[in-house]
Amino acid sequence: MADTVTLTIDGREIKAPAGTTILEAAKNANILIPNLCHNEELAPYGACRMCMVEITHKKRVRLVVSCIAEVSEGLQVKTDTDGVRRVRTLVMHLILARNPSHPELQRMAAELGIGTTMFGVDFKGCIMCGQCVRVCREVVGASAIGFKSRGPSRAIATPFDESPEDCIACGSCHYICPVGVIPMEEHDGVRRIWKTDFPMAKCKTCGRYFATEKEVAFYRTIAKLPDDAFDTCVHCRSVKK
Amino acid sequence: MKKLESVAELKSLREKLVAGRDPQKPCVVICAGTGCLAYGVMALIDRFKKELKKRNLLDTVDIRSSGCPGFCERGPLVVVHPRKIFYQRVSLKDVNEIIDETVLKGSVIDRLLYKDTATGENVVTEDEVPFYKKQMRLLLEMNALIDPTLIEDYLTLGGYGALGKVLSGMKPQAIIEQISKSGLRGRGGGGFQTGWKWESTRAAAGEPKYVICNADEGDPGAFMDRSLLEGNPHSIIEGMVIGAYAIGSSRGYIYVRNEYPLAVANAVIAVEKARELGLLGKNILGSGFDFDIRINRGGGAFVCGESSALFASIEGRVGEPRQKYTHATDRGLYDKPTCLNNVETWANVPLIINKGADWYASIGTEKSKGTKIFSLVGKINNTGLVEVPMGITLREIVYEIGGGVPKGRKFKAIQTGGPSGGCIPEKYLDMPVDFDELTKIGSMMGSGGMIVMDDRSCMVDVAKYFLKFLEEESCGKCTPCREGVKQMRIILDRITEGKGDEKDIELLEWMGQGIIDGSLCALGGSAPNPVLTTIRYFRDEYMAHIRDKKCPAGVCKALISFSVNKDACTGCTACAKVCPTRAATGEKKKVHTINQETCIKCGACYDACKFDAIQVK
Repeated sequence: MADTVTLTIDGREIKAPAGTTILEAAKNANILIPNLCHNEELAPYGACRMCMVEITHKKRVRLVVSCIAEVSEGLQVKTDTDGVRRVRTLVMHLILARNPSHPELQRMAAELGIGTTMFGVDFKGCIMCGQCVRVCREVVGASAIGFKSRGPSRAIATPFDESPEDCIACGSCHYICPVGVIPMEEHDGVRRIWKTDFPMAKCKTCGRYFATEKEVAFYRTIAKLPDDAFDTCVHCRSVKK
Repeated sequence: MKKLESVAELKSLREKLVAGRDPQKPCVVICAGTGCLAYGVMALIDRFKKELKKRNLLDTVDIRSSGCPGFCERGPLVVVHPRKIFYQRVSLKDVNEIIDETVLKGSVIDRLLYKDTATGENVVTEDEVPFYKKQMRLLLEMNALIDPTLIEDYLTLGGYGALGKVLSGMKPQAIIEQISKSGLRGRGGGGFQTGWKWESTRAAAGEPKYVICNADEGDPGAFMDRSLLEGNPHSIIEGMVIGAYAIGSSRGYIYVRNEYPLAVANAVIAVEKARELGLLGKNILGSGFDFDIRINRGGGAFVCGESSALFASIEGRVGEPRQKYTHATDRGLYDKPTCLNNVETWANVPLIINKGADWYASIGTEKSKGTKIFSLVGKINNTGLVEVPMGITLREIVYEIGGGVPKGRKFKAIQTGGPSGGCIPEKYLDMPVDFDELTKIGSMMGSGGMIVMDDRSCMVDVAKYFLKFLEEESCGKCTPCREGVKQMRIILDRITEGKGDEKDIELLEWMGQGIIDGSLCALGGSAPNPVLTTIRYFRDEYMAHIRDKKCPAGVCKALISFSVNKDACTGCTACAKVCPTRAATGEKKKVHTINQETCIKCGACYDACKFDAIQVK
């Protein structure tokens, strides 16, 4: 077992295994630090900067992102100092300028005492948390979408803005998007995502469409299961047992 | 050439090369750095070769295309050795005269000499040029003495001697001690103790260890690293081999932007030549030490000069910074211990090993040692590269080396530290230049860009220019940098259009601090600096834009108008001739007028008028 360290968060003494991030340790102690790009299923990313906290370590005070900085013995963490609030308030205003209307963002803004953004709204919808790109690469393993351009023009895109060759239409990006700006729909045996139609496979047992054909082929190659393992849907597979 | 098997063989090769050179033999040295190449120097070199051949002089007269000595303002530069007669602004039609008069007879052609702007007198030799005199050119001097494509030139001047010394029994620990004792700090901007970096990389757990040269210089107007890599690539390679030996690394990279074609080409040649001679590769000089360098070309993203983005780029991923709270010396390239130093830092290493840490530490201030190369550009008479000891004052750089502001205009500010540096006003001109002093007044050393501004530069406009650059060069990963810098720029747009609000200044300061604290890497972490320092030192100018709707420098188009001063206008028609919209009109020898309806405020009339009759209000 990993060593346990003792730290304080907002004056509360907390024990956490070495190697845990501050965000995780705080969460386990029911101290919630706001964040937008963090997802437990993905590697830490540190891009939204909402989860900033102030730490004092060996007398040195600085601001760090709690989703990446790890706990250490004797560490003092403050989640609500002037410096932290400044960054968080600024980030919230900036995010709202991209997407002023999403209820979850509005709720987070309200907690910071923000009603509407102080900046002019340039509606983009997407808040650039990058979870879609990261889930596609890290969890699915398809790497079908990515970031294009840089600076304020950075955007999520398929390669060359064309139909994504490596996309299996699993929908992970659609489901993970915290602001719901990646549309996906399904009808008549076709799933549509990234402006591309993907034909779906039917369950050999119940006859329902359960996954796209590319998804089935993809899982088949990586799962190393008997060839017929993906002929049936998850439901029928578990019934069979 | 044959591979060298030992330090002794290196020494005897040098002795042979030195013996083969006659210091009294005439040699025409022509600067072939990027600045002079742009002047068309290749044609000049060809002409010299052709004319020497015609006269059957190719055996008795040497011709050398050298690296950049720094005095770009007066290029193309030609120096005739052995007397080092210094000719500037040389053109093709001067070639015959230089050969016949100076090379053959030793007489001086007055017309091509540099005229000292202060005394009005001609300067004959290179060493007497005031621009060089006040400098301490430990690194740049070599540029003018060697052809960067010839390893023989570097060897003749003692090149790879420091490596020989190191491999003749110096312990890695002793080398690191020398570097630490010298006080050398990273020249790329951070000013980190180089010895500490080496020591940490050496002590870190993990194999292999990497040594990298950061040649991703991208600041607008800065070309120090470019000139060093173009002009003297072997000094950098030698520094890297020594560093690698001290650290215990067998693999090095030079990360150089592809927009520096000559630097890439010369570095490639230098690495090949060094490998051929056994100064790189397996069993260097028979010491049993292996080290090789790979040249990695960057795709031109400014952010790739940032360490974690640079590593990502070498690893073949998108050049974006990655947040980590560990040092690159522990986990850098491929998550292995990595020592990343800037071009100029590496080039200093052989000097320190050769001349000793005490000698090096005797130059400079208490905490900043040695010399620093600055690229002096903007509203300055002598544009070029200057190498000065740390602790020299800005005034000495601007006035004694730079020759002051052109056309008798008033000095207003000097911007140091690249796009995310700060603008320093006149009251700090007597401040000594070193890492800590510049930081104290809100600017930074950065990699060494210096942009001089006169009273015709609007500080709000300047801040906007740098912010725009950083907005476009931000990788866009983290929110404060991607969105915050853009929003700050929008506020500056507003102010320069006369639509600013008094609260905007406070807002800019608040946002600036938030972006500095909140950004992922140093790009965002310093991006607000140009705005914050201009507010700090030129608040009045911001207020003039906001409250009075005026641009005192006459730059911001929405706030200015051009008109003719009736008393000064001679009716020379110069303004009417250059006006692109025919807004400036008038009869010959009669007072001209400018139609405010059609004037697009381009300022062409202002520049064309010889009688200061165009007013900007």
